Amino acid sequence: MTTIENMSDFLNYLNSNLTPGQAGAYLWVVIYILIIFAAVSVAVIAMNWLERKILAHMQVRLGPMRVGPHGLLQPFADALKLLLKEDIIPTGADKLVFWMAPVVVVITAFTTYIVIPFGPTHAVTDMNIGILFMLGVASLGTLGIIMAGWASNSHYPLLGSLRSSAQMVSYEVAMGMAIVSAVLMTSLSGTGLYGIGPGGGEALGTLSMIEIVKAQANQHVWFIFKFFPLGFAAFGIFAIAMVAETNRAPFDLPEAESELTAGFHTEYSGFRWSLFFLAEYAAMIAVSAIAVTLWLGGWLRPFPHWLSGDAWDMAFSFFPALTFFILAGMTFRTTIRMPKQSYFKIQKAGLGVFGLVLGGIGLVLLVPPVRDRIQDIYWFTIKVAAFMYLYIWYRGTFPRYRFDQLMKLGWKFMIPAGIAVLIVTALVGVL
Amino acid sequence: MEITTLHYLVVAAALFIVGTIGVLTRRNVVIILMSIELILNAVNLNLVAFSRLYGLHGQVFSIFVITDAAAEAAVGLGILIAFFRNKETVNADEIDLLKF
Amino acid sequence: MNPVATPFFFYGLSAIAVLSAIAVIMRRNPVHSAIALIFTLLSLAGLYLMLYAPFVAGVQIILYVGGIVVLFLFVIMLINIDRMQREYQFNKQWLVGLLAAAVLGALFVAVYVKGQSIFPHNAVRFPEESNTQQVGKMLYVDYLLPFEIASLLLLVAIVGAVVMAKKRI
Repeated sequence: MTTIENMSDFLNYLNSNLTPGQAGAYLWVVIYILIIFAAVSVAVIAMNWLERKILAHMQVRLGPMRVGPHGLLQPFADALKLLLKEDIIPTGADKLVFWMAPVVVVITAFTTYIVIPFGPTHAVTDMNIGILFMLGVASLGTLGIIMAGWASNSHYPLLGSLRSSAQMVSYEVAMGMAIVSAVLMTSLSGTGLYGIGPGGGEALGTLSMIEIVKAQANQHVWFIFKFFPLGFAAFGIFAIAMVAETNRAPFDLPEAESELTAGFHTEYSGFRWSLFFLAEYAAMIAVSAIAVTLWLGGWLRPFPHWLSGDAWDMAFSFFPALTFFILAGMTFRTTIRMPKQSYFKIQKAGLGVFGLVLGGIGLVLLVPPVRDRIQDIYWFTIKVAAFMYLYIWYRGTFPRYRFDQLMKLGWKFMIPAGIAVLIVTALVGVL
Repeated sequence: MEITTLHYLVVAAALFIVGTIGVLTRRNVVIILMSIELILNAVNLNLVAFSRLYGLHGQVFSIFVITDAAAEAAVGLGILIAFFRNKETVNADEIDLLKF
Repeated sequence: MNPVATPFFFYGLSAIAVLSAIAVIMRRNPVHSAIALIFTLLSLAGLYLMLYAPFVAGVQIILYVGGIVVLFLFVIMLINIDRMQREYQFNKQWLVGLLAAAVLGALFVAVYVKGQSIFPHNAVRFPEESNTQQVGKMLYVDYLLPFEIASLLLLVAIVGAVVMAKKRI
């Protein structure tokens, strides 16, 4: 047993076409999990800054501008502040449950990332019951919220947590209906928008996330467009239900500051609050990943079948680098337009360095070996990023739903609509 | 040591016994209902352990058992809430009236 | 796919299951009992995964932990009274209950010792990749009538629970 043998065994996995779970390469599983953890943390930090800036620009103001060039270091300052705050536990609070609630919420939010497919082999593992597992673990987050509200020994958190968990449980049913109608579409074998085209792969219904995207590839159509407008209706139901599931605007009555003094996380300060915040954003990214996988074709590039061939593949493979070059260009333009006083010099320099880093990443993505490998991950990430922008857009646009209006919408509109879409999809699929 | 079906049966039996003790000895009706859930889970484990030998019927039956447990928990807790509204107690020893 | 470290996971999950079950019946605070029940149910889901039953494991997590325990927690929060927590938790017949459980345990031991030769030893028969499809097919072909009756039962349970928990009918 020499280290050289183990090393080549270890690197051998990269040549196989399996996920680490299937290949039995456990060290790679750990590496993937660490990469996902780091990526999600970076995404949450970026989301924090993006949310404040985009919301501010939508409200015709500027947002954080001081802490770094254009507020780029604001999330780090926030994180530092939260870490250094005093950890307060209310008297009479149940210490064990008070401690456990943020832990439960964070663990369930991060466990869903095991089955998210960033590419045909880029998932930590490909469970046979992938989508069922994600739905189940997402419903475990409700428990953490109930525990948080109860353990705080105060009536605002209790009310907020009961409202929040009632809302989450109601919209889970609607999410389930929409998911079932998408899973149903995987079991069809025709290709094209209405399933009457030629070709296509085998008709095998499946719950596995990677197989669902492969079914979309086989049927040459993203499920959002399949049986138009049924796929779109199911996608719409899921898109609304997922916003309600993660307690975001316009369904954020349980945690809005003006309503219930921050709801279930009122009594949490410092690091514990940041855990709730981290879990909320991680859950947002996870349910967006479900929506992208089930309806928007996962890692497939646009038009993989109509515009196929090596030339189109090469053209689409420049998109990652192009995105980073555009971002770098915007950064340089902002750098040039910064005010000319002397005390802005360091911010200007910092922004310039940031622009150079973005340009450097873009250049790295132009290298052919990287260009081939980064395709799937890039398209998946871009689609999830579009959903994140939609979340922020909703927050800036819609007024808040009152709680009884929210529950009425969930039970009296979403669930019947979901069942109707499911039945009609099944009928159209059979005919 | 290889893990045989008997190992799973022993675990299910242990859960069943713990659930039975809970039902027989606790006074809080909510805990009694939770112990009933433990008993149902022990039965489920038995069914799934045997289904590995004899066919998927065990797993299908265990899904029905889970569904029934949900219905029963809902109705039982509904009864408990209705009773609590009248007598302000969840003590099984004090629930001894046939009519209010 | 080869299972790995099966004895380790089996003994670990079983220990969590049994210890949490004991915590369910021993804790004074019903919320602590509910949390211990969560641990038991999750470790049972792990045991189902080890028994090559992924669909049942998924259903257990969604329905039991994500549904039934949430229902229990809601009701516990509605009817939680401190007086109940400060009283003595076990009723007058705890000794008889323990004796009955011990007799039950002895019965189990006798059955398992004597009956070990009746059923076949561990035969792993099913691949895990198509478990959901096969269970689904069985539910809709062999067991269609129980499926429909179960849905009717759930409807009756929903109506019954709503009627009983309402303040004024």
